[in-house]
Amino acid sequence: MIRIDGVGHRIGNAPILHDITTHLPEGRLTALIGPNGAGKSTLLRLVGRLEPLQQGRISVGGHDVSTTRTEDLARVMAILGQQNSIASRLRLSELVGFGRWPHHRGRPTAHDHARVAEALEAFALTPLAHRFLDEVSGGQAQRAHIAMAFAQDTDWLLLDEPLNNLDMAHARALMGRLRDLVRHQGRSVGLVVHEINYAAAWADHVIAMKEGRIVAQGDAHEVLTEAVLSDLYEAPIAVVSHQGRPLVLHHV
Amino acid sequence: MRATPALAVALAAMMLVSMTIGAASVDLGHAFSDPRTMLVLLESRLPRTLAVALTGAALSVAGVLIQALVRNRFVGPDTAGTAEGAALGLLAITILWPASPLWLRMVSASVSAMATTALFIAIIRRLPVREVMLVPIAGLVLSGVLGSVVTFIGWQTDLIQYIGTWLFSGEFSGVISGRYELLWIAGGAALLAWFAADRFAIIGLGDQVATGLGLGTRGVLRLGLAVVAVVTAMVVTTVGMIPFVGLVVPNMVARIMGDNLRRTLPVVALSGAVLVMACDLAGRLIIHPYEVPAGLVLGVVGSLLFLWLLHRRPAHG
Repeated sequence: MIRIDGVGHRIGNAPILHDITTHLPEGRLTALIGPNGAGKSTLLRLVGRLEPLQQGRISVGGHDVSTTRTEDLARVMAILGQQNSIASRLRLSELVGFGRWPHHRGRPTAHDHARVAEALEAFALTPLAHRFLDEVSGGQAQRAHIAMAFAQDTDWLLLDEPLNNLDMAHARALMGRLRDLVRHQGRSVGLVVHEINYAAAWADHVIAMKEGRIVAQGDAHEVLTEAVLSDLYEAPIAVVSHQGRPLVLHHV
Repeated sequence: MRATPALAVALAAMMLVSMTIGAASVDLGHAFSDPRTMLVLLESRLPRTLAVALTGAALSVAGVLIQALVRNRFVGPDTAGTAEGAALGLLAITILWPASPLWLRMVSASVSAMATTALFIAIIRRLPVREVMLVPIAGLVLSGVLGSVVTFIGWQTDLIQYIGTWLFSGEFSGVISGRYELLWIAGGAALLAWFAADRFAIIGLGDQVATGLGLGTRGVLRLGLAVVAVVTAMVVTTVGMIPFVGLVVPNMVARIMGDNLRRTLPVVALSGAVLVMACDLAGRLIIHPYEVPAGLVLGVVGSLLFLWLLHRRPAHG
């Protein structure tokens, strides 16, 4: 379980998070939703120790994020931030290979190579494995970064807007893959999503945030209701049921 | 890897040629029968040849590191304030303690080079990431400012000639046995970087990815700074700054082989050695038995190579 206890955060004088206390349950796919500027990414980045914790405590599977050594945390959780364009010229196989680095620290074994091949295959990157990062499309590069986090093979997988740049089919395949990890391999996943229906279709647990506070949390069908969502996004939103899952109608 | 053996053969062949040319004509075949030949080889030709190879290899590796640390391909140890920093350190110790032992001068040059390179990186980290061209411009401005400080102090203290040998005329004609050995330290520092190659490759992917993979970015940054500073300081004090190697060689290798530094660093080192060796040989042959400084030849060849690289740059660089 990821425990978040009394976490506050400021950037300069601007408060980003106000005294957040919540948890991400183990063995579940948790989605963080909310309008722009709600603090979802900041919260995920604090959990993934990409930002130093200013106030409060966070622990991941019992490991306190601010006191556990970063190399030990890398074997407990993998975090993928939002990608900014990086000019590094790595082949996709090499990039995904670095996902194993926390385990082998420079001496890859046959097992590591097998996991890398598996991750490449899982994200349909095997035919592109020898291409350089700057020779593939934005969506393909994004998939390679996700595959790297996937190859890291940790109990926790945290992804900040992983659907960016992905087309419908790849977005769906990714969500399916993540649910697979949760259902069949006992992993736990936390992700920030903007397209609410991906949360509606695949998430077990939803945390809704607005202006640095949590406004609702719980099972997907409890949180993704007309009342909560209309209030959250300050827009009239209809929710219907489709194949037993909530379906959010917000485009008209 | 086909590149490595080809480069190694080219380097070996050029080193052999380098042993035979110079003002005194020497026949390698008689090395063991003629003591005078042996003397020339061991005291002058071999040291010079090794100095050229070590300088080229170490500066190229330093170039890769500084480019990974600032995530920009348009910088090198000669445009990041590093060489000027080393000169500043040498100048300071020469003025403060003229009789200081050699090792202390080296430490002073290295520490000062590290400080100015750290300043460069601190400036770069405050620039917007997307402004790719600001990084080399900031480097040139910083180098220019530091260079003028060095020149001013040198002018005030009558040490301009020293500064000239450090910063402007990188060349190897003065290298004899006993006056180049510091370059082995530069070579050793570059070798040290190879052991941490994965770490530098990961740092090149951004702080975010590096942290996610459990890499302490500060430690890698410090190691990179130390290697770049030590390499540059040793080169500046022994043969003077050699331009462009640390800029062009990493770019050429990355274009062909990518940035998996564990695989590419040996190729980078060999290519750097080959390039500087070729320029030194050219400088020795053009107006034989006189010499054109290798730094000058590299200035011409390097800038042409750089223009070619810029021109051929793919859209996604």
